[in-house]
Amino acid sequence: MTTRIDRRMAKLKSEGRPALVTYIMGGDPDYETSLSIMKALPVSGSDVIELGMPFSDPMADGPAIQAAGLRALKGGQTLARTLKMASEFRAGDDETPIVLMGYYNPIYIYGVDRFLADAKASGIDGLIVVDLPPEMDEELCIPALKAGVNFIRLATPTTDDKRLPKVLENTSGFVYYVSMTGITGSALADTAKVSAAVTRIKGHTALPVCVGFGVKTAEQARVIGASADGVVVGTAIVNAIANVLGPKGEKTADPAEAVATLVSGLAQGVRSARLAAAE
Amino acid sequence: MNKPAMPNSFRTGPDEQGMFGIFGGRFVAETLMPLILDLEEQWNHAKNDPEFKAELQNLSTHYAGRPSKLYFAEGLTKHLGGAKVYFKREDLNHTGSHKINNCLGQILLAKRMGKKRIIAETGAGQHGVASATVAARFGYPCVVYMGATDVARQSPNVFRMKLLGAEVRPVTAGHGTLKDAMNEALRDWVTNVEDTYYLIGTAAGPHPYPEMVRDFQSVIGSEARAQILEQEGRLPDVIIAAVGGGSNAIGLFHPFLDDKEVRIIGIEAGGRGLDGVEHCASMNAGRPGVLHGNRTYLLQNADGQILDGHSISAGLDYPGVGPEHSWLRDSGRVQYEPILDDEALEAFQLTTRVEGIIPALESAHAIAHAMKIVPKMDKDQLVIVNLSGRGDKDVHTVAKMLGMEI
Repeated sequence: MTTRIDRRMAKLKSEGRPALVTYIMGGDPDYETSLSIMKALPVSGSDVIELGMPFSDPMADGPAIQAAGLRALKGGQTLARTLKMASEFRAGDDETPIVLMGYYNPIYIYGVDRFLADAKASGIDGLIVVDLPPEMDEELCIPALKAGVNFIRLATPTTDDKRLPKVLENTSGFVYYVSMTGITGSALADTAKVSAAVTRIKGHTALPVCVGFGVKTAEQARVIGASADGVVVGTAIVNAIANVLGPKGEKTADPAEAVATLVSGLAQGVRSARLAAAE
Repeated sequence: MNKPAMPNSFRTGPDEQGMFGIFGGRFVAETLMPLILDLEEQWNHAKNDPEFKAELQNLSTHYAGRPSKLYFAEGLTKHLGGAKVYFKREDLNHTGSHKINNCLGQILLAKRMGKKRIIAETGAGQHGVASATVAARFGYPCVVYMGATDVARQSPNVFRMKLLGAEVRPVTAGHGTLKDAMNEALRDWVTNVEDTYYLIGTAAGPHPYPEMVRDFQSVIGSEARAQILEQEGRLPDVIIAAVGGGSNAIGLFHPFLDDKEVRIIGIEAGGRGLDGVEHCASMNAGRPGVLHGNRTYLLQNADGQILDGHSISAGLDYPGVGPEHSWLRDSGRVQYEPILDDEALEAFQLTTRVEGIIPALESAHAIAHAMKIVPKMDKDQLVIVNLSGRGDKDVHTVAKMLGMEI
């Protein structure tokens, strides 16, 4: 069974360029604005959308994404509303893959079976759940695979060759390589090391490998994209939204436009990645 | 939820996956997973290593001052006019609470693992002080994460940590309490995986922490059990301890779990009452969920967002509880009851006056429950209350509650 993620990654591979994977926090700063930002992403050159599910205690996230989650929760976002947002987006775009990203507790409380059914119905293609390592696969990973939803696992610099097969075993869609040990929004690691890690992971799997954590500029996207199958940008986009919000959360400019400008630049970086690498 | 089948023994958990029934587990980011597996392996070696045990025993005796006394609280017993009340005097340990038991064990493990830096989270500051103490003793740099609210209400402990050479980093996220401090400590750990040992202060977090912390704290119950047999010639009728994360409680309870005649009661922070959100009674008013690496009872809303809770006692101000307590609750072996802020405050004052002992506000919750049940018990019955820490750190909070300036 292929998903939108499989089809999109195969298409990009045939075009000879890496994917631009963009992260936004669902409901940041409010439902309507967030939906308009989401709709702007593919138009600006995003190939895959990661839609954050806000959580009160995001322990793998840095200050920017923590703040985005709080804005969303204050704006009344819930897991049910994040799913609704995805289905509203899906009504106008049946091609761009959507990956939900977040923490397990809201899903556990929603109910795993009900969540998977509703996610599937909302046009969700994959899941990234930070606090579910392979040791906990029975919780959500196995049920998700049975439901036809990709379960995308994070591999990190601490995942050595001995552990890598375990991490890859039930992974589908793509592998998300976390470029450094740390939280989202930290400084980018040494790109040579990242390239070596991507090569190492590719030695263990035929799945595409996307790299995230620390990629903020078009130039960084270009460099990482030379070896990776995809480049994930999150904090920079979340910051672009925060930058057009005043002290009381009022909009000083259109967040969707701010995000579109940033993503267009990133898309150019990604599109020139292989050209530059070939030179 | 279905009630699990009654096991033959309540002392065999967790299983190999770190589960106590449906509770516990290893819900952590992949970056931490290899470390946690390594920690588990090292812990399994250490706990069976005679050299490790001997070094811990030696430090417990000569540095921490163990065994702690089992003291017949004659004044309180007379005042209440029912069963005989004993205090397990963890307040007399070095650093003034039970926290040193766990910190000594874990610092020896950190040394064994060749780590270079210690991080810890703290609520009341008791664990922060104990961590800073063992870090000073063994020559490690130490960073303690503490909620900004707790930094303000536990200033004597903040100063003690600084004197001991630790860096105290206030955490302003959320309500600035223990939950937020733990998030920040986990962020530090995931960033500094190579050289850092995370010294978790309570019997919670990802496996193997709940088991390991319990084993280090079980010295409380093992001693108390032997002491009451020696002093009274029989086991107690009731044992009581306060439960925040639940390390002092599981330490007292665990050696008694298979003594069916002993009634075991854990006390949760009832705060300003269980009707609203101003309490920390996760097992009385919460539901199972996943936070900080384990599945356990949590205070949360219908969307699975974690609530902040409230307690007069910074050490109980946590919206979750160690996973083994959740399992003991569902299995029915341990009964968990709430005590309100006001009741704890009354117990704090009474104990101070009739015993000449200033108890920690955490321990005062356990004493408050004894005050409720002891008068209804027979004079020949026995109750052990875990006096988990001394209350010097709380005098500012109590003065404020009583409307006094000091």
